[in-house]
Amino acid sequence: MSAPAIENLSRRGFLKGMGGLTLGFCIAVPLGPAALAKIGVSQAPTFGFNAFLRIGSDDTVTVISKHLEMGQGTYTGLATILAEELDADWKTVKVEGAPADASRYNNLFWGPAQGTGGSTAIANSWGQLRAAGATARAMLVAAAAKRWQVPGAEITMRDGVVSHAASKRRARFGELAEAAAQEKLLIDVALKKPSEFRLVGRHAPRKDSADKVNGKALFTQDVQLPGMLVAVVAHPPRFGAVLRGVDATAAKRVKGVVEVVQIPSGVAVLANDTWAAKKGRDALKLDWDESKAFKLGSDEILAKYRELAKKPGLVAHNAGDADAAFAKAARVLRAEFDFPYLAHAAMEPMNCVVQRTAKGCEVWNGEQLHTGDQHALAAVFGLKVEQVKINMLYAGGSFGRRANVKSDYVVEAANIVKAINGRAPVKLVWLREDDMRGGYYRPMFHHALEAAIDAEGRLAGWRHRLVGQSILKGSPFEGMVKNGIDAVSVEGAANLPYAIPNLRVDLHTPEDIAVPVLWWRSVGSSHTAYSTEVFLDQVARAMGRDPVALRLELLSKHPRHAAVLRLAAEKAGWDKPLASGKAGTRRGRGVAVHESFQSYVAQVAEVTLAADGALKVDRVVCAVDCGIAVNPDNVRAQVEGAVGFALSAVLYGEIALKDGVVTAGNFDGYPILRINEMPKVEVHILPSPADPTGIGEPGVPPLAPAVANAVGAATGKYPGRLPFRVEDLKA
Amino acid sequence: MIALVVNGKARQLDVAPDTPLLWALRDTLQLTGTKYGCGQALCGACTVHVDGVPTRSCVTTVSAVAGRKITTVEAIDAGKVGRAVQDAWRKLDVVQCGYCQSGQIMSAVALLTTNRKPSDADIDNAMAGNLCRCATYQRIRAAIQEAARNLAGSKA
Ligand code: FES
Ligand code: FES
Repeated sequence: MSAPAIENLSRRGFLKGMGGLTLGFCIAVPLGPAALAKIGVSQAPTFGFNAFLRIGSDDTVTVISKHLEMGQGTYTGLATILAEELDADWKTVKVEGAPADASRYNNLFWGPAQGTGGSTAIANSWGQLRAAGATARAMLVAAAAKRWQVPGAEITMRDGVVSHAASKRRARFGELAEAAAQEKLLIDVALKKPSEFRLVGRHAPRKDSADKVNGKALFTQDVQLPGMLVAVVAHPPRFGAVLRGVDATAAKRVKGVVEVVQIPSGVAVLANDTWAAKKGRDALKLDWDESKAFKLGSDEILAKYRELAKKPGLVAHNAGDADAAFAKAARVLRAEFDFPYLAHAAMEPMNCVVQRTAKGCEVWNGEQLHTGDQHALAAVFGLKVEQVKINMLYAGGSFGRRANVKSDYVVEAANIVKAINGRAPVKLVWLREDDMRGGYYRPMFHHALEAAIDAEGRLAGWRHRLVGQSILKGSPFEGMVKNGIDAVSVEGAANLPYAIPNLRVDLHTPEDIAVPVLWWRSVGSSHTAYSTEVFLDQVARAMGRDPVALRLELLSKHPRHAAVLRLAAEKAGWDKPLASGKAGTRRGRGVAVHESFQSYVAQVAEVTLAADGALKVDRVVCAVDCGIAVNPDNVRAQVEGAVGFALSAVLYGEIALKDGVVTAGNFDGYPILRINEMPKVEVHILPSPADPTGIGEPGVPPLAPAVANAVGAATGKYPGRLPFRVEDLKA
Repeated sequence: MIALVVNGKARQLDVAPDTPLLWALRDTLQLTGTKYGCGQALCGACTVHVDGVPTRSCVTTVSAVAGRKITTVEAIDAGKVGRAVQDAWRKLDVVQCGYCQSGQIMSAVALLTTNRKPSDADIDNAMAGNLCRCATYQRIRAAIQEAARNLAGSKA
């Protein structure tokens, strides 16, 4: 393993920095008892029932989550499902992250791969965890029946207690766990009827609240291992630039800096602590070869996209004969929309801890794409996939960023470890600027839409052209690209729910833009919901129709869309006029409805515009159909959060490039919503018997169009770009 | 050596004097509840109390707070206001990813310590420097009001 080290401190200095670890691969250093206590590892003996459940002799019910907890409440939701069927006492339920092992923990919607995304965690786990809970319950019943010599059918369970009424016997889960775990796994166990649910659909408080209000929750950023070095990396100033040379003299003079190494993605400074590593990184003198670097600015990219939009693209959806409808149209309406690159800007910037071990390597990460990252790490070290052990920690947000199709930051951490021959565990820390400028943005998009209104005043034709980079091309999910169409580029547009007889959606996918792109909370719907729902409002206005009434008429074949739309309109008081604001202000109310990841959300936004263009979103009324709401309070929390997240993109969100350089580095250049800008959010959940679908993302898409339509109602002008520009909103 | 009083304990730190308090707390004292979010006093994730005053530890050097009393989220339950805030946060399930929440709690405790009945505008003023990318703001506001009510009740 030859490390391309450019600058090594003396062996002695290095050893000193290592705190006495010998050279060669480190022995795996387990987290100490303090760290174990931090992540809630119980000391009492526990008994495994299946891949998702252990019960301890102390009654602790440990649910194993195969999915990442990044804020969306998945630990709580998954535990609720299993605990429901198990009849566990919610207070004794704990959640632990699963190891990376796709043979047991694959996402059932993703085939053989383990990972979290696309709002699939609850949906793909619903049946699996109900079965896991119900079979374990049957094992407890069987063990109790044997012990008490009574028929199993007479045994009841409630809140972690197993009872037999006739003989007045009771036992807690912990008393039966050891015997029950030996029972044969029964295959055919009955699941509860929804009417029997005691946790699902009720209030099961979050399992991570306690540790997240006292500083104990363990994030990747918090991992400390004996002898660990912190790495901060100098990355290329432009995408595609390569290192020509580096002078690390000043960097290595920084107290605490241990080593400076070149890696494929830049130059890493390793130090005993984060501050020294940062100072060392900032002291590097770097010479980049930018001859092949990407040098376009956002304006130039957009100009290219607008040019492309003049020509037909690949057809993603075609119904009826759109061109004929336009040829016959009495009236044609047109609109164009521009969407910028967006950074995820999770509060915890990307980071990863990697250590070589006797068995292979061990990773600590807010792990979102286990199987992909395992393969990528195995490739870096020349290991087998199963030699890559991953500890999934809490992620301080992700919004898609940690599910990186190229495993970018994880591979970077591994390359640093490789460059020092695995001599120390390394925590790679991206500073905010590294995270903001690190690429993998929501792609920039340009949309052009046309509507044909026929002589009878009906919406007869719709043509929608999109231009933007593909997220899936070149990724492990490339199989979802069919006939040149990346399904996620057009999701929400190609499956427009409205009954328009002649409809064509086509797509240009530019391949000469080197800005790395990625899914960003709600993926394609983050732009398609905006263009389709805002344009439909413009059409309604031109037709003199009420936006809700027109939508309902066009949604005759989509009852779930229609139902949330009706509920949101009713709760918002759509049929009553909006109260006017203070003198000199303009107020408006707008609506949007959108399905993403098979969950349906409608939102009504109320806004106030000051004469100078300042926009305040006062209130957002949301109606949600995500099937059975496993944790209604978490559904509300996710939609509240989605409104705030999406509103950042309406008011501020834009990663701009100038000559290929990302201009924003921190929250001053890429502002996100603050508490004083948060609207009052009401969330109404439509009761549904359908199996649960996701809620992490679906609250995002309708917000921006609802706000734009409210602006349109107030001013007659509909913003044609995100983020809005204050000058466009002036009186 | 720089002397600090952290969560009631006297500590001697062997770090460069320009080291931000944030990294001294996290890397040297292993008090990792205080978070790094921006390093530029733009997000509030690193908020601690210095002699009771909410302070962005990412832009405060250890030498600037030598001899001062530092309180971090790990010890915020030592005070009545801290406990009331944590209780309210748990009761309303404010947190999502949780990464910003140490800072939110430190700012909320500082607010309620000096203002037991904050108005919405007071909350905006005290909390607008604490970003939450998960946008838990509605519940943060409600939890501050809840804690204020409970503190008023417990005093009576
Ligand atoms: S890390 Fe200090 S304010 Fe953001
Ligand atoms: S809870 Fe995630 S950033 Fe605030």
